[in-house]
Amino acid sequence: MAPKSLRTSRNPDLIRGVGKFSRSKMYHKRGLWAIKAKNGGVFPKHEAKPAVTDAAVTKQPKFYPADDVKKPLVNKRKHKPTKLRESITTGTVLILLAGRFMGKRVVFLKQLPSGLLLVTGPFKINGVPLRRVNQSYVIATSTKVDIFGVNVEKFDDKYFAKEVAEKKKKGEGEFFEAEKEEKKVLPDNKKDDQKTVDTPLIKSIEGVADLKPYLSARFSLKSGMKPHELVF
Amino acid sequence: MTVLKQNFQEPFKRYVEIGRVALVNYGKDYGRLVVIVDIIDQNRALVDAPDMVRSQMNFKRLSLTDIKIDINRVPKKKTLIDAMEKADVKNKWENSSWGRKLIVQKRRAALNDFDRFKIMLAKIKKGGLIRQELAKLKKENAS
Repeated sequence: MAPKSLRTSRNPDLIRGVGKFSRSKMYHKRGLWAIKAKNGGVFPKHEAKPAVTDAAVTKQPKFYPADDVKKPLVNKRKHKPTKLRESITTGTVLILLAGRFMGKRVVFLKQLPSGLLLVTGPFKINGVPLRRVNQSYVIATSTKVDIFGVNVEKFDDKYFAKEVAEKKKKGEGEFFEAEKEEKKVLPDNKKDDQKTVDTPLIKSIEGVADLKPYLSARFSLKSGMKPHELVF
Repeated sequence: MTVLKQNFQEPFKRYVEIGRVALVNYGKDYGRLVVIVDIIDQNRALVDAPDMVRSQMNFKRLSLTDIKIDINRVPKKKTLIDAMEKADVKNKWENSSWGRKLIVQKRRAALNDFDRFKIMLAKIKKGGLIRQELAKLKKENAS
């Protein structure tokens, strides 16, 4: 029989376990009489498919484990990025709450596939580069910046991966020599990326009065401010 | 409550009476201006406002204001609204110092983080200008 694709039963349930139509009625409804008629009064028979001989397809494994190896359970879960808070949209000014840039007000660009938020200072304004930030360590303000003309398509989590340093073989001589300190220099392409993202942003920021000094300043709780009563 | 005797100090200035406008200071209707339309007993009053269902309230929930309107006991909603318009309750309230303070409090509570920053800049600028003027006056005085 051809496989059914999303076809509901032709026999609706009166109650669970009891169908509306009898066996003979269902025989008629399913058109088995027509299939038989097409095949000359007999139900069509298909020959059994020749069983694929295992010997021809699989090779003998060259290693049999001594004990039975347990197969891991099937896991079909797919990773979804964290649900973005409704208050966070492109161009929202966020306040960073932890880390090196604690208190800085930054502009939100987009959410990366890992769930982290891509933000930028902009760098020239407050020193925060293109950076990933966790949604939980952020306060979303209701101030928005116009993101028109900023292209963030190329940024994803791989862009921010740490570069794996080549392992150098330790020779005896190197123990006695003074350790050469290698400074980590930011590659030029990253500096250029920062500039391409920031220039249209800075233009739209300078269009709003007092927004540039606002982004340059850090946020701090002052005396009398109650965070649960503040409107951000 | 007008008294005819001279040199008589009224013991109170604001009285609970029919037509007295009060501010609700506790509960679901916190911050609403209501009018006392009837007195139920020693503790409770029947209270009404144009956008509210007429209901009872304990006097402890009410803060009396200076405003009083001219109505009869338990007026119809329409009569109440007309009397409030005639006495211009809304404008009197909003121009009174108490009413203005509440409006400022509401505005301050609704300030954005960006707004607070702008206010800080404005305060600094204002302070700077005042200090300039003061310095000028001091200089003039000294010379």
